[in-house]
Order: sequence, then structure tokens, then C-alpha cells
Amino acid sequence: MSETTIGNLADPAARKALTDGVERTPGSAKPDPILKVDTIVRQFGGVTAVNVDHLEVQKGLITALIGPNGAGKTTFFNLITGFDRPTSAGKGAHWAFDGRTLDKTGASAVAKSGMVRTFQLTKSLNRMTVMDNMMLGAQDQTGEKLGLSWLKPTWAKQEKEIAEKAEGLLERFKLLAKKDDYAGSLSGGQRKLLEMARALMTDPKMIMLDEPMAGVNPALTQSLLGHIQSLRDEGMTVLFVEHDMHVVRHISDWVVVMAEGQVVAEGPADTVMSDPAVVDAYLGAHHDTDLGDDSLLEDDDPMEKQIEAEVEAEEGKA
Amino acid sequence: MDQFLSILQATVEEGIAPTTAGVAIAVIGLNIHFGFTGLLNIGQAGFMLLGAYGMAITLTQGLPMLVAVLVGLGAAVLFAFLMGAPTLKLRGDYLAIVTISAAEILRYFGRLAALEPWTGGAQGIFGKNFQPAFIELSFFGGGRFDLLPFSYRDAGGTPVRVISLLLLVVVIAALVMLLTGARTSKGPLAGLASNRAVARWGSIGLGVLTFLLVFFTFPVSLPRTGTNGWWVRGVAWGLVALCLLFVWLLVRSPWGRALKGVREDEEAMRSLGKNVFVIKMQALVLGGMLGALGGMVYVLTSTVQADAMGRSLTFFAYTALLLGGAATIFGPVLGTVLFYSARILIRNAANAYVPDGWMSTQQTDQFSYIVVGVGLMLLVIFRPQGILGDKRELRFNV
Repeated sequence: MSETTIGNLADPAARKALTDGVERTPGSAKPDPILKVDTIVRQFGGVTAVNVDHLEVQKGLITALIGPNGAGKTTFFNLITGFDRPTSAGKGAHWAFDGRTLDKTGASAVAKSGMVRTFQLTKSLNRMTVMDNMMLGAQDQTGEKLGLSWLKPTWAKQEKEIAEKAEGLLERFKLLAKKDDYAGSLSGGQRKLLEMARALMTDPKMIMLDEPMAGVNPALTQSLLGHIQSLRDEGMTVLFVEHDMHVVRHISDWVVVMAEGQVVAEGPADTVMSDPAVVDAYLGAHHDTDLGDDSLLEDDDPMEKQIEAEVEAEEGKA
Repeated sequence: MDQFLSILQATVEEGIAPTTAGVAIAVIGLNIHFGFTGLLNIGQAGFMLLGAYGMAITLTQGLPMLVAVLVGLGAAVLFAFLMGAPTLKLRGDYLAIVTISAAEILRYFGRLAALEPWTGGAQGIFGKNFQPAFIELSFFGGGRFDLLPFSYRDAGGTPVRVISLLLLVVVIAALVMLLTGARTSKGPLAGLASNRAVARWGSIGLGVLTFLLVFFTFPVSLPRTGTNGWWVRGVAWGLVALCLLFVWLLVRSPWGRALKGVREDEEAMRSLGKNVFVIKMQALVLGGMLGALGGMVYVLTSTVQADAMGRSLTFFAYTALLLGGAATIFGPVLGTVLFYSARILIRNAANAYVPDGWMSTQQTDQFSYIVVGVGLMLLVIFRPQGILGDKRELRFNV
């Protein structure tokens, strides 16, 4: 698919037109997928944590990955970013990013290919300054080659450019004042920001955020959402895991719902929430079925009265 | 008083001994492993052993010094690859297990009777068999000389010596206060140290003054060349300076930043597209080469004997590293000098002042290790970052 048929994705109407043409079924085909996943299974002993038959992520959109706790969202992230190996490796597991097969690619090579992730439990490099954290994100640094590292003139210019870029990003994430502090001295929310900013230092084509808003204060959440949207408007693809439905509804163009390791529904945020499969996943398929005798929960429960009487008798004796 | 001064004299001489320099180089290498990259290498003595054997065996075969050094370094590179390839992809503990066992295996190999024609077995390779090749390279000439052209002897004998000793104490105290003031903005000289130029030139001046006073008070007179003269010391400490420069250049670079990143969190580094395995391997090889170089310097004045470079030497290296401050540039050298001279000071003081009935000469030697051990414990409790370390770094447990 060429850009002309898709239109400018910074324009909401163009995005709507794009997603309107996509089937609302799990594993539906997208016009221009940046990530394609087939038959990824991950078992921990007898438990199947992830079992995704097919999933495509549209380029240039914000896709949210939601699902109840234990649905396998983070494990899925780990699998496609090379931090974990699927049990189905070599048995049909296949995934490709931006046309590049990643079946046997390690985590660092996945990141180099342009798919960069953050972690649910932030991994800031605590005993390094915020600035050093940022500078590590830059790719293809001449000074990171051992042979040239001791010759400062070979990397000084590049270092300066990277530092400027890092400062720009820190400014955007309101961390510039902290640039010389140790990352370990930041608050949990600030570390989330730092990690996101650091991931952006790699100039990713697609950024994968694992619960980016958890622990970030509401005011900052607003500005973060703005950043994420502007990233999309600049042409970046965003895939994120999030529990806060307001956030999901607010910024995502497309929502993928996982439950018990499988993709159970896909669709735009406003419609997917009412999908019966999603309701089942969150509330249980039998959430409005009577599971027993509700009278047991009432105040005038005969059992409770009996217990109370026994307790009183005990206390009387003592 | 004379006895006390002669004890201090021995302490100073130990501080500048070539063996101290050799260990210092090995500790600089260990600092790359443990301090900067977080690799738990408990077999640094194995690298030293390889360097020493590599150099000495090549020299006994009649090959030139340069080849000998290259053989020693090459052996260390090979050893690092062998140990690193299977373990660096695993968790840190495995490297620790493999390095300590590999170092022990090397030590037992060195003692093997079957290898006696090369390694000299348990006896080792005697200095006379390999030292001449190194001594011949000397351009220091013959005769003896003192490090400084003047000493307390020229200025009026013991009273001057005592005064200069007191002055030395004052100068060191001022230097420490100035450096602390510059670092933490605390202490009596903080105001003075807040001016960066004053802090820099002041500490350089005081450092030079310390050096002059030490060798004015405790003049060291040695042959220019010879197996244990200025030539060996000059080369040994020259190498220490070169290694420091080398490590400083590396650590300030983006490569050094990547090392620290690996130390902090490997997964985060992977998520940023860094090849953690390669970075760790580079660090292991480089630190191992410094270890081998240290081993070569360590044996220059003595015998290459496997048991001299066993587990305890690795632990001394760790002690010196923690004492000076891990992940600092000068920490390893300062730590090593202090560790070795403090031990001699304690041993000789115990010999002189503790009655023989309480502690024999042999026991005072062991006693010195006990005191050093207790000192290390106190250090870890009260100043865990070491002398030069940055306390802020310890606040965040990884």
C-alpha cells in the first residue's frame, strides 16, 4: 500500500477512513501493517500464557493492547521484542517487523531494526545521570566502538549532536532540570518519562510502551498523551499496553483485546468495548448469572444469627 | 623514635615496590571488570599468572622481551575468550564460579611436575633465568641514586626529619580537606575549594609537596639498574601511569558509558539496541590483559611461582579496589599502595612493639592480615564507596 491511498495520518478523518475499512475480527488484515505476527505460543509448564494466531499492527496509528491481568500482554511484548523465545519457535512461529523477519533475532537487534520497547517495571540506569541514560539511547555511536573510543576527536562532534537531541527530548518530557541528577533519585513517574524519552533517543519506527501511564500523575498524563499523539502525527507507530480505559479511549486509533493469551477482539476504541468477547474477558462470561443463594448474603441470615448466639454464649461463660 | 621512623621507612619502600605496582595494574584491570562493567571476576590472579608465565617462559626460550610481553598478553586474551564465551550470556554468578575455578586450574597446572621443563613445577621459574633479558634493556646506567637530590640527612639529621614528618601529616590533611571540600562542599576548606581554580591547582600543588616531603623524610636509595633497582620501579610505575591514562580515555568515552549501562541493567541496554555480550567480552578481555601485564610486573623482581598468584592475591586485589573506590580512576592505585604499605606498617610495628612472648614474628605477619581484614570490614560499614568513591552512587541499590 502506498501513502497516497492511506492519506496523511495526522488527520483524524484519514485515520477514521483507514480503520473503517478494517474488519473488526481478531487477527484482521490491515492495509499497511508494520508488524505481522503468526502462531506465537508461549507456555510456562502447563500454562499457555500467549497463544496468538495472527495479528497485524497498522503503521502510523496508535494501537492499544488491553486485557485483564494475566492476559499475556507483557509476555507477548517480551516475545516479539526478543526478550523471550516462543515455545512454538521453529514450529510455525513467525513474525516480521517492517518487512524484516524477526524469528531468530535477539533483543538488541530487534531494537536496532526500529522496534523499541519500554518496561512495565521501569529499568532506569540508577547509578548514572539522567543525561547519560539518554545518551545511551542514541544509535550508531562511533565512540561506542572500542577501537575508536579513546580518540575523542573521532566522536566529539557526534556526542555534541546527541547531547543536543537528548536535551531537546528532556525538555519535552519536563526532565531537563534533572539532567545531572542520578536516575535513581527520580520518582517512579519521572523514571517512566525518562524511559520513554530514552526509547525515543533510538529514533524508533515503532515504540512499544508497557503501561506508560501507571504511576504518572494526572496532569503529566495529559501532556504525555499529547506527546504520544504528536509522535504518531510525526509518523511513528505506537503500540501500548494500558489499563486506564480513559487513556485508551482518548488516544488509541485501534484497540486489540487479549484474554487468556489469545486475541479476542479488535476494533476502534468506541465500539470494541461493547464487543461481547471483551465483556466476557473482563467480567467473565457468566457475570450476570446467579451463582448461588443470594439470601446467604442478606442481613437476616439464619446461619449468621446462630453464630452470633454461640459467640454470646461463650462470652457469657467467660 | 628511630625505630618508629625506620618502620615508616620500610612502609614507604613497600609502597613504591614493583610488586605493588604490578598488583596496582591488575587492580586497574579488575576495576574495568567489577567497577565499571559489574563483571564479578574472582580469578584476576589467573590472568596475572598467565601473564607472568607467558613472559617468563618465552624469555627462558631466548626470545626477545617484546615477544614475551605479547605472548603473555595473548594468553590472557585467549583465556578471557575461553571463559567469557560460555558464561557472559548467563547471569553474573556463573562468571564468578568459572573465573575462580579457572584461576585455580591454572595454578595447579603451573605446579604440575610434568610441565617442569617449562614452568619449573612447584619451584617455579627462577628470576635469574628470565630477569637478565629485562635488565639488559635498561638505559638508567650504573651506580646508585636517591629519588630526590636532597634529603633530611643533608639538612640536619633526625630533628629535621621529625619536623618534615609532622609537616607531611599537615600537608596530607590539607590535601584531604581540600579534595573533600571540592567534592561535597563540606569541611573546613569548603569555602576555599568552591573556587575551582584554587581547588585544582591547590590539590596539584599539595600533591607534589606530599611527594617531595615523603621522599625527603624517607629517602630511598637504590641501584639504578640491577634486579631490584630504579629501572624496574621506573618501568613498573610508568606502566601504571600509562594504564591509568588508557582507562581514563576509555571510561570518559561513549564506550565507557555503555560499560556502566551494562553494569546497571543489561535488559535496558538490550532494549536500546546495544550488544551486551560484545561489550562484556571487550571489558573482560581488556581487564584481563591489564591483569596479565600486572602479573608480568609483579614477578619482575622475584620468581614466577604459581602459589604466589593464588586466590588470596585476587582477594587482596578486591580489597585494594574497594579501599580505593571502585569505578574511580585513581582508586585502584591509591587502594593498592595503601593496602600494601599499611600491612607492612602493621607487621613491623607489631614486631617492634609487641613483646615476642605475646606474638612471634610469624604471628605478627598473620596479625597484619587480621588487622587489614578488620579494617576492610570497617571500611565497608562506614565508607562503602571507598576512599575516592562517590557516596551518591550507593544510595540507589540496583
